[in-house]
Amino acid sequence: MLNCDVVVIGGGPAGLAAAISAKKNGAEVALIEREARLGGILKQCIHDGFGLVRFGEKLSGPEYAERFIDEFKKENITALLLTFVTRIVKKEKGFELTVVNTDGVNQIEAKAVVLATGCRERTAKQVSIHGTRPAGVFTAGTAQHYTNLLGQMPTKKCVILGSGDIGLIMARRLTLEGAKVVGVYEVMPTPSGLTRNIHQCLHDYDIPLYLSHTVTKVFGHDRLTAVEISKVDEKLRPIKGTEEIIECDSLILSVGLIPENEIAEELGVRIDSRTKGPVCDGQLMTSVDGVFSCGNALHVNDLVDYVSESGEEAGKNAAAYADRKRSYAEITLGDNISYLVPQRLELGADNSKTTVYFRSRKVLNGCSLSLKINGEEVFRKKYAFLRPPEMERLVLDFSKYELTESSKIEFSIEEGVK
Amino acid sequence: MKELVCIVCPRGCTMKIEEKDGEYSVTGNSCKRGENFAKTEMTNPMRTICTTVRTAFDDVPVLPVRVSSDIPKNRIFDVMKEINKTTVTERISRGDKVIENVLGLGVDVIATSDILKG
Repeated sequence: MLNCDVVVIGGGPAGLAAAISAKKNGAEVALIEREARLGGILKQCIHDGFGLVRFGEKLSGPEYAERFIDEFKKENITALLLTFVTRIVKKEKGFELTVVNTDGVNQIEAKAVVLATGCRERTAKQVSIHGTRPAGVFTAGTAQHYTNLLGQMPTKKCVILGSGDIGLIMARRLTLEGAKVVGVYEVMPTPSGLTRNIHQCLHDYDIPLYLSHTVTKVFGHDRLTAVEISKVDEKLRPIKGTEEIIECDSLILSVGLIPENEIAEELGVRIDSRTKGPVCDGQLMTSVDGVFSCGNALHVNDLVDYVSESGEEAGKNAAAYADRKRSYAEITLGDNISYLVPQRLELGADNSKTTVYFRSRKVLNGCSLSLKINGEEVFRKKYAFLRPPEMERLVLDFSKYELTESSKIEFSIEEGVK
Repeated sequence: MKELVCIVCPRGCTMKIEEKDGEYSVTGNSCKRGENFAKTEMTNPMRTICTTVRTAFDDVPVLPVRVSSDIPKNRIFDVMKEINKTTVTERISRGDKVIENVLGLGVDVIATSDILKG
């Protein structure tokens, strides 16, 4: 039996930041990681661009992760590697976790839990494509694992379905290593990855991007030999007569990420249908007292810098966690916002520097974010443009509004405001 | 006039570049780095490369590397060829040089991970 103040589940960038911050705030911390090495997905994200916000430098994924791993080691934090959480129960005081590793089955007790379980790649598309089931259909993350960690090229000629960032990054990576990327096909009328990645990963290497296109069929017995591409109409339905057959040995999927919250669900944590992550307050505590969420488990981020930031916030608050009666004011969303974190505010907490993360629902040029409390606008911020792939962040002082449980806090984005 | 998207930071500003008597004026950028990027892009586009290099070790078949500073965009595949000819035979650290002054471009290829250190 291991006893600690804060147990962090997940050793990626969110978990590392949470563990370091909890430790620095005086807590005894244990971190649980299912893989053999810390660092999470950054281990295989060898491209640069990480840390621009936090360090003002363009670091590669491993460099970014190892800065935190070095600090984690310096802080002498307990890390349980190759360890999997099989059960978690909330007790009268604190939590009891059952974990499995090479030592067998063990129990851990903790006063607070930080969920830093990251996200998973969407694979639903894999299931809904017509045709045979040959080898050669895999996610961009799988292609990245083969190429960057195992040093094995998974394809010579491929089609990429979906314009998510990992797909764009892999289009460039595979091209650099000599593979032919025939094209990136996106079912939506706008790209889902960052604009800069469209430029530096596709345009730089003359890789075409086809919007409003999708894969409608795959061919091949043992290995993929070709895919059928169709244009789609405004309701995303394939248009008959537009089919085109493209020979390739691989179909790489980059069709989105979903927060992984199996452990959260086991604890009965309320999940937001918009973020697919837990409903949290400004301290990143979920609907279950003592359980905190951060990073991509909370909502899918596009920048790791903000993953670390939310990890630090969750870790600090988990270290300070004390059982008491709590009451909340809910945040509601008006026009043009696809999601916003936090989803509510705890009235007994310090909400003077609350970090807010949000995304717009569509591409908006010249718009403003408006915060209304009980129908009265109290804050407005102008944006030259907002794009759904690019998350926005701001820090707000809610302490000056005298909020109560019945306060109506509403965020919305207004278009065409000068 | 030319339009391009800045790749310096995730903001991804759309910039307009106007040339007049060999001088470039940039609009649409949010910072000085954007202006510098736009001007370099018009004269001598530079890029970074991040890739992997083979190692002699079974536990770590490839080591992540990058160039220590930007290289001309049209030399990317030449540098890739050099990196893919190389095998790392020592358990080097993050920041250590894998290839010094690659192809005489004045930049080194450096390791970006301590993974070989275990």
